[in-house]
Amino acid sequence: MEEKTLKDMKEEEIRKMEKKTLKDMKEKEEKEEEMRKLELMLSNIEIKGLSNETLDGIKCMTLYTDIYIVATDSNQVFNAKMYSKYKEFHNDYLNDIVLPHLRLHHGEFLLKEFETSWAHYSKVIHNRLHLYFRYLGRYYVAREKLLNLNDVGNRCFIDLLYEEMRSRVMDAVICLINKERDGAKIDRELVKKVVNVFEELKLYEDIFEERIVAGTKDYYSKKASLWISENSCPEFMLKVEECLEKEENMVRDCMKPATEQKIVSEVEHKLLVLHSTQLFDKEYSGLKKLLEDGKVVDLARMYRLYSRVHDGLQHVCLAFKNHVTAQGMALVRQTEIEVNKHVVKNDVGALQNQQVHLIMEFIKLHEVYLSYVNDYFQSNSMFFKVLKEAFEVFCNKSIAGVSPAELLSIFCDQTLKKKSCDNDKSTEDTIDDVVKLLVYISDKDMFAEFHRKKLARRLLFNKSDSDEHERYLLTKLKQKCGRHFTSKMEGMVTDLTLCQDTTASFTDYLRDNPDMNPGFDLTVTVLTIGFWPSYKTCTFNLPPEMLRCVEAFKQFYQTRTKRTRITWLFSLGTCTIVGKFEPKTMDLIVTTLQASVLLLFNSANRLSYSDIKDQLDLPEEDVTRLLHSLSCAKYKILKKEPDTKTISKTDYFEFNSMFTDRLKRIKVPFPLVDDRKKVIETVVSDRRHAIEAAIVRIMKFRKVLGHHQLMSECAEVLSSTFRPDFKIIKLQIESLISRDYLERDSKDHSVYRYLA
Amino acid sequence: MRRSSRKSGSAAIPVTSSSGVSDLFRCATSKAVSKEMERIDQLFHAYMDKSLGMVGPEGIESFCLAVGIDHTDVRILMLAWKMQAEKQGYFTLDEWRRGLSALHADTILKIRKRLQELEKEVMRPTNFLDFYVYAFCYSLAEKQKNIDIESACELLTVVLGFRFPLQVSKFIEYLKSQNDYKVINLDQWTSFLRFCNEINFPSLDNYDAELAWPLILDNFVEWMRENL
Repeated sequence: MEEKTLKDMKEEEIRKMEKKTLKDMKEKEEKEEEMRKLELMLSNIEIKGLSNETLDGIKCMTLYTDIYIVATDSNQVFNAKMYSKYKEFHNDYLNDIVLPHLRLHHGEFLLKEFETSWAHYSKVIHNRLHLYFRYLGRYYVAREKLLNLNDVGNRCFIDLLYEEMRSRVMDAVICLINKERDGAKIDRELVKKVVNVFEELKLYEDIFEERIVAGTKDYYSKKASLWISENSCPEFMLKVEECLEKEENMVRDCMKPATEQKIVSEVEHKLLVLHSTQLFDKEYSGLKKLLEDGKVVDLARMYRLYSRVHDGLQHVCLAFKNHVTAQGMALVRQTEIEVNKHVVKNDVGALQNQQVHLIMEFIKLHEVYLSYVNDYFQSNSMFFKVLKEAFEVFCNKSIAGVSPAELLSIFCDQTLKKKSCDNDKSTEDTIDDVVKLLVYISDKDMFAEFHRKKLARRLLFNKSDSDEHERYLLTKLKQKCGRHFTSKMEGMVTDLTLCQDTTASFTDYLRDNPDMNPGFDLTVTVLTIGFWPSYKTCTFNLPPEMLRCVEAFKQFYQTRTKRTRITWLFSLGTCTIVGKFEPKTMDLIVTTLQASVLLLFNSANRLSYSDIKDQLDLPEEDVTRLLHSLSCAKYKILKKEPDTKTISKTDYFEFNSMFTDRLKRIKVPFPLVDDRKKVIETVVSDRRHAIEAAIVRIMKFRKVLGHHQLMSECAEVLSSTFRPDFKIIKLQIESLISRDYLERDSKDHSVYRYLA
Repeated sequence: MRRSSRKSGSAAIPVTSSSGVSDLFRCATSKAVSKEMERIDQLFHAYMDKSLGMVGPEGIESFCLAVGIDHTDVRILMLAWKMQAEKQGYFTLDEWRRGLSALHADTILKIRKRLQELEKEVMRPTNFLDFYVYAFCYSLAEKQKNIDIESACELLTVVLGFRFPLQVSKFIEYLKSQNDYKVINLDQWTSFLRFCNEINFPSLDNYDAELAWPLILDNFVEWMRENL
């Protein structure tokens, strides 16, 4: 049997292979048959029928099952085909049904159709398809990482309808919105629905928002050019305010919140920014005119509108500044003219009145425009700043050679001398106003010096209405300008309060030492040298009565302190003299010097000019002034020979026994010498010292500094007191160089070095 | 300023143990040096004021005469600079030696020649500032820090007149016409030289008063602009 040969084995094998091949072929055939069947099935799935709402359950089931079968086929080749078929169904629907429908309609109807089409498509068609193909989605799509079935629906819609949406649909929307803008009532719900569609498509920003904003731009560009030419500034602004309100309202109602900002800024840009120059410069109703006419409601509106726009308020601010400056300068010029008239007529009283009047006008102006900033410009800091700048311009203009610092001090003087009455403002309010104005004046040290002089006069001659008011002013000044500003003045006021103590002690002293008593009522005011302005001291021959007074006080003062030395200022004293005239005895209130002249006539009835001068030992100009006040002025206490209007050295004087007046007690005025020039000189020399001190201080700290920096730092340090002249600073620097405090750097000539 | 390194003939000459030739050489030069110094000293004694022990104003006048220059010539000022003379009108022995030995001029003839070279030397920018400042300090009287206007004008003419004639003449005109300044100090003096070097004249177009120029020059420029 071994002769089962290889031949046999081979044959067996061949036969096996043949069998297998046949089997394979058969299988393949079967497969192909199956595939053909499936394909047929697939192509038979009718989607057209889906467009009807009602679909009977059986048909659904059939569809689902069919698809299931295809999907689960072991041969996965059909899945891709099914996926593309799925897409195809969508596209067909859109192309065949939706697009034609849309193309049929326009305007509002288009929108309605658009909205309903989408609703139907997404909710009905798409959902159904999704449902049937769900098995595919779960496994095949996920595995192959394809676009999932849900998104395919949206994708198809977008791809096919993009252009349509972008152009025709959006045109319709814009048209509708513009209708509302023009005043008609529209169907806002429809707009909202359209918005929803876009949101669901995730195309809200790309299509809807973009086109809406563009539409807004166009609409308002046209309107702006129209309105600006037809309307006045206030009318235009009113329109703008209304528009903004309406737009905000509409967007909030219909669209997404993020769109509000974009639409509003377009409106603002087109209405407010583009034509702003035209608006402001309108001849009869523009910004300038509004300010001039005080149209505050419109100004407030303008502020509200332009504060929305970036940098929108610059122009308004500038116009405000120019207006205030113009107002102030007009006041200045007017006053200058008036003052010059009085100067020509030499009417000093009227001159002063005019000057004081100017300060009051400034105060009023300030009040008005401060209220503007607070009430209408919402206390914007930019406006405060320009108000300050405007005031600084005209508050520093001199009137007929009198600096504003001096004017302010005159005003202050009058205010503090006035008896307080209940008309308009309280003194304290006026003081507040004065301090407010002082802030704008650059020569504050000038004011301080004048004020100090006048304060001294008020205190010494008891002209001040109320001590409290003086102190109030000083407190306010200290707050605004610093302690050093008011230290001397406070010292002066304190001196006077201390005087009361001194006077009490003096009275005690006299009581204890009756032999020292000069026999007259004597009040001495002790002034601390540093605080008070410097006065010229004159030595002259005191009448014996006064000598006794002086001696008494000197003795008294020695008992208090051995170390201080007293210097007497007779030019500041007052004296009450009893004049025994024939008609009646009168009390004469005169200055100490005048009294000395009169007392000479106790021992002689008639004296010559030179007699008087020799006996008193005073300089000529003083003697002349004294005699003039007693013989040529209002009250002729002395008779003059010859009876001319001026004093000459050859005149003779006699006691006028027949002198009388209605009153029993009169004040014989003694005109003050004009020490304005002296005050100004003092301030100028003080400034030199201040500049020098500042330079030294700065250089000590910095050691090495360039020219420009030194100049600017110096100016800054001193800015709270006065504005230094650059030439003077340079001069002081050079003076310091020549005195070896500073030196120039050998390599760079614009750098200074501090020499310790 | 270059000083003569050998102060006097009696100073010790450093001797090193080197070849005999250099020794000879050294001996030869030291001999030459001391000869020169002798002649310089002789010259000094020729013009010296016996009572003062140094060359006085008259001595200087005769010296100038011998050399052939005017005693107000700028070259005598340059010589003084070379000598670093302290007091105007007087030369001490040390100063005399210093100046003349630096010039290597021990006879009147040599001095005459050297003076021309000296002029060139002074004109060099590095030296000129030094010379210019020296001129100011030299003209100061005892314990003074400033020169009065008159003298300043004269000095300016002498020292700067040949170099910046236009500026100097205008500046002098200004100084004489104004009343604010009675003296010139060193800072103003040095700044004027800088002014001449840096500022275009007479246009004055690159002058900036905001810079650190002294006030006197600001005022000068203003005056120039008003009177043009």
